[in-house]
Amino acid sequence: MKIVCCVKYVPDATADRRFNSDHTVDRAGVDGVLSELDEYAVEEALKIREAVDESEIVVVTMGPDIARAAILKSLQMGADSGVHVVDEAIHGSDAVGTSLVLAKVIEQQQADLVLCGMASTDGSMSVLPAMLAERLELPQVTFASEVSLDGSTVRIRRDGDAATEMIEATAPLLLSVTDQANEPRYPSFKGIMAAKKKPVETVSLADLGIDAADVGLDAAWTRVEDAQSRPPRSAGTVVTDEDGTGADRLVEFLAGQKFI
Amino acid sequence: MAAVTEILVLVDHAEGAVRKTTAELLTLARRLGEPSAVFVGSQVGAARDALKRYGAEKIYVLDDVALTDYLVAPKAEALTQLVEQTRPAAVLIPSSAEGKEIAGRLAIKVSSGLITDAVDIQAGEAGPLTTQSVFAGSHTVNARVTHGTPIITVKPNSVTPEEVDGGAAEEAFSVTTSDAAKTARIVERRPRAATGRPELTEAAIVVSGGRGTAGNFEPVEELADALGAAVGASRAAVDSGWYPHAYQVGQTGKTVSPQLYVAVGISGAIQHRAGMQTAKTIVAVNKDDEAPIFELVDFGVVGDLHAVLPKATQAVNARKS
Ligand SMILES: Cc1cc2nc3c(=O)[nH]c(=O)nc-3n(C[C@H](O)[C@H](O)[C@H](O)COP(=O)(O)OP(=O)(O)OC[C@H]3O[C@@H](n4cnc5c(N)ncnc54)[C@H](O)[C@@H]3O)c2cc1C
Ligand SMILES: Nc1ncnc2c1ncn2[C@@H]1O[C@H](COP(=O)(O)O)[C@@H](O)[C@H]1O
Repeated sequence: MKIVCCVKYVPDATADRRFNSDHTVDRAGVDGVLSELDEYAVEEALKIREAVDESEIVVVTMGPDIARAAILKSLQMGADSGVHVVDEAIHGSDAVGTSLVLAKVIEQQQADLVLCGMASTDGSMSVLPAMLAERLELPQVTFASEVSLDGSTVRIRRDGDAATEMIEATAPLLLSVTDQANEPRYPSFKGIMAAKKKPVETVSLADLGIDAADVGLDAAWTRVEDAQSRPPRSAGTVVTDEDGTGADRLVEFLAGQKFI
Repeated sequence: MAAVTEILVLVDHAEGAVRKTTAELLTLARRLGEPSAVFVGSQVGAARDALKRYGAEKIYVLDDVALTDYLVAPKAEALTQLVEQTRPAAVLIPSSAEGKEIAGRLAIKVSSGLITDAVDIQAGEAGPLTTQSVFAGSHTVNARVTHGTPIITVKPNSVTPEEVDGGAAEEAFSVTTSDAAKTARIVERRPRAATGRPELTEAAIVVSGGRGTAGNFEPVEELADALGAAVGASRAAVDSGWYPHAYQVGQTGKTVSPQLYVAVGISGAIQHRAGMQTAKTIVAVNKDDEAPIFELVDFGVVGDLHAVLPKATQAVNARKS
């Protein structure tokens, strides 16, 4: 089974995230990491490879040069090889443009199984998996809290708003997993050493046969008009309950705000 | 004079009971044009009054089992056909996991730009202008769709629903769903038992418990009930098996935007903040005066929740009677 796992390089959530002057997310100027939620996708891919003979995992990322770090981390965890789409022209692509590019890579790889995280931790739109399924005409089984495999049939548990659902589809298909699905492993020393020798292919839009005019900021079908940092919340009142009056003062506050 | 512009609103409902988010979407749609509700399912009878009351001029009824037995793909096909026929000025969809997936597929199908998780929409010369809150609520962004039919998903609790009597003219719409859209099948469905409390994402007040509860959610639930609130939980509480995942607030749980959020025994990690930072008023009870949650609060109590909460609940109930 050929598994293609889409991983994203994102600004570290604990660092100071910011925008460029063109209102795109600053990915080059801040510390970045493999999107935490994509670690769950990589882990699930590794588990599937363990269960299914003759499987291989290709991790794919689209982003600037430093985005290669996301591939490297996935290889250290145990993935087999990487494809890095890097091209000046993709800067500022929206979800529609990103899905166009990733779909092309997946098509070229002839994947049996496409794995994604539930959302990226920066954009966190949670739409890319559905867009990829749409473009590739693949069944989509998304937001899996639990995954089981029976031959080429994948069955997932999805904890939805109103119900828990069991969903089934047959490969080739697209699967996305939540942070409930598994516990991502840390790269071992052996894994880190082995990753250095694993192949990473760098591809451009031309390699993929995509017209540069179809992606990037100018081709995006949405435009951010402006971005502001929110003023920090003004400091509130904090009291201690040492004298046992905490509850009463809390309730006074709530009543004063008309919540009671 | 410009023709009247139609705005499609995908109705969120449970067996015909219309969710509050739908009233909010209809209210936003009215700012942009004439709202048409898109109802998928067989119980439109139960929904009609609410849709009319919040200003739906038309109701498209899509009653087809293919739309309910499968995941999102058939719904996206149905909306595509509706968009092609009605040429709306925008399509508004609730920002649930399913709503966003339908929106994503629709965007590709009708070659249109997509904006997710809007918290506000204003009409504009160049099309609707949306407001979103990003990076765990630390930034606000205004955006616009520049190509095709603007497709916008809207978060719950973004606006106050306004009552306007709509025409509510019903129109059956028959859709054709492809076999390709029916390849992912729902084989089993276990509806969640009703709690009798408000829906987490819609509630005006949310009281959430974290690891500090040490597994005892009773004080949290009792305070919630006294305030008429929904109950939420941190991931630490969910991972410990103390509360179901459906109630998790945060990056990988629900995003809530209530009038009042009460965090109890929750430290305030960035992933938790991502789900509650846009609450109007934030209150915390935590025994550690250095817990990061206190950076966010309007009012905080440093103390043991097992002492503070029962007393507070009592005092709330006393004030009500
Ligand atoms: C990919 C990823 C996604 C995540 N998604 C989410 C998410 O969606 N939602 C989420 O919540 N977290 C999420 N997290 C986890 C998050 O990072 C924190 O670990 C989590 O929020 C901590 O929960 P907590 O505040 O309940 O526990 P802790 O951080 O352990 O805090 C417990 C607090 O309770 C206080 N306390 C203890 N006893 C008492 C007492 N008797 N009375 C009063 N106070 C007391 C302590 O002082 C402490 O501040 C995610 C993490 C990752 C890596
Ligand atoms: N630039 C990218 N490169 C590779 N994968 C991506 C990229 N952007 C998003 N993804 C994948 O799509 C998932 C959902 O992303 P999003 O729709 O942006 O929230 C992520 O968890 C990744 O698996």
